[in-house]
Amino acid sequence: MKEKSFKSKIKKDFTRNKWKYFIVIPVIIYLLIFAYKPMYGLIIAFKRFRPQLGIMDSPWVGLQNFKSLFRDFYFTRSLRNTFTISLLSILLSFPAPVLLALLLNEVKVKWFKKTVQTITYMPHFISMVVICGMIISFTQTNGIITDIVVFFGGERANLLAQTKFFYPIYIISGIWQQVGWDSIIYLAALSGIDQEQYEAAKVDGAGRLKQMIYITLPGLIPTISMLLVLKLGKVLGVGYEKILLLYQPITYEVADVISTYSYRKAFVNADYGFSTAIGLFNSVVNIVFLLASNKLSKKMGQSGLF
Amino acid sequence: MKKFKFEDFIFDFLIYGFLIAMAMVTILPVWHIIVASFSTSTDIATNSGLMLWTKNIDFGAYEMVFSDKALIGGFKNTLLYLGGSLPLNLFLTVLCGYFLACTNMYWKKPIAGLIMFTMFFNGGMIPNYLNIKDLGLMDSLWSLILSGALSVYNAVICKTAIEAIPESLKESAYIDGANDFKVIFKIILPLIKPTLAVLTLYYGVSHWNSWFNASIYIKDADLLPVQNVLRSILVANSSTENIDADVFNSYAETIKYAAIVVSTAPIMCVYPFLQKYFNKGVMIGAVKG
Repeated sequence: MKEKSFKSKIKKDFTRNKWKYFIVIPVIIYLLIFAYKPMYGLIIAFKRFRPQLGIMDSPWVGLQNFKSLFRDFYFTRSLRNTFTISLLSILLSFPAPVLLALLLNEVKVKWFKKTVQTITYMPHFISMVVICGMIISFTQTNGIITDIVVFFGGERANLLAQTKFFYPIYIISGIWQQVGWDSIIYLAALSGIDQEQYEAAKVDGAGRLKQMIYITLPGLIPTISMLLVLKLGKVLGVGYEKILLLYQPITYEVADVISTYSYRKAFVNADYGFSTAIGLFNSVVNIVFLLASNKLSKKMGQSGLF
Repeated sequence: MKKFKFEDFIFDFLIYGFLIAMAMVTILPVWHIIVASFSTSTDIATNSGLMLWTKNIDFGAYEMVFSDKALIGGFKNTLLYLGGSLPLNLFLTVLCGYFLACTNMYWKKPIAGLIMFTMFFNGGMIPNYLNIKDLGLMDSLWSLILSGALSVYNAVICKTAIEAIPESLKESAYIDGANDFKVIFKIILPLIKPTLAVLTLYYGVSHWNSWFNASIYIKDADLLPVQNVLRSILVANSSTENIDADVFNSYAETIKYAAIVVSTAPIMCVYPFLQKYFNKGVMIGAVKG
């Protein structure tokens, strides 16, 4: 009896929704080929990959890639650098757009607000290659940024060739590029704050600064915590694009992160199995961080991501 | 009756001051690049600090850029890449968004899960590379077009827009006997035009600006997109070929700036027109999934 009702349910669902299932077929086929098939390719993390043998026929080596991974000095170094960059960007880059949104929210002159927004969104649309080209040109021995460093008593030299300048350059240029764009989501959240709260605060004699701290900022907390969860889920996900364009052997000491190390292992040393092991380790840690921070956020009474 | 409060005046003063300073910090480096692109290398060499204006406006660098075969080829490849990508992007994104917005389907949850899972986990650099190689797409623009054909993140933005359409509209269409395709074409697409414009911009910008995939999938220099050509000019610091050495020297520095301006200007001209749609909760729904 139950069996029958299940079958009829499926049948009814199919007759009613067949075109909807039909519509999703191209998407599924695409994802199977370009997202799920590479996931199967992850097994080469447990193999000694030989290009002429292919993924299937390369010999298994068990956990050997992972074992040599954790004994590898360069891997530990890249792990340390990745954590450092992530931590710096959570401390410095993450709060910047919140601050910008709070300030923009106080601006009542519409054209001024819109102009500032248009200008601060702009760098988001500039390509990474161009951004890095600008950074390289500004930080060379006679560049503008170098001029500023010299003005504050620094030495005149190519800044990108010095380890101590790598993080400041990376982080500050990152804020420069993304602060405006990242503030959009907070501005959208601000439009949802109940205006009556401000009226009540005014009656109580609260000034604008107090209103900002006690009404506007708390109104952003759900969005902040949600984005923080996402950010923590990417703690090892420092991207390779910018670093590949900016680092040089002399700054590997501080600049080489997991993704760039994995890149060199594959495309310079042709050690695909080892490189994939790095990538797999990276993804797994990221997922663990994402789930953990999501749980933490829920425990603290905030809405999680899922 | 508005009472003048000194405290509020200071507050406003600080806020406007800070925002103006920030706008300046954002725009001045870009302005410097633009001015430098209209100068000669001697002007740049003798100039110290920011270039706010140049005495001799010179279009030499632009002439060089527009006669540089590598750059022109790069632009051509990028346009081909965009032309192949955008229709496919929108097609898959709308299908995916429509499905994710559907309700009352028995298999909705597992299929949606299969789609969403790819946002959080993927094969990564090497397995993707080997996959493209296996599919025989190396050294072809199809490697770029297909590997970036669908962003599930953008599909979720599309889903949010579809969900915002009143249910009654779709319902009445179904009752009138319209099937899903009719609903998509006659009701949904016209109503989510702003979202489609924004998504086209997102996809377009990401393709226009991408360089990494091409750097590993494409070895044939004649097929490289413009960002990869730029990379060899700006970052690897190697001059491009087929330019007369002497002429090149006097523009060695400025040609970089002109190349930056030429390659960035198209996007800079488009995004302000779509700006008003960025704020409309387009993103907030997407993050929440």
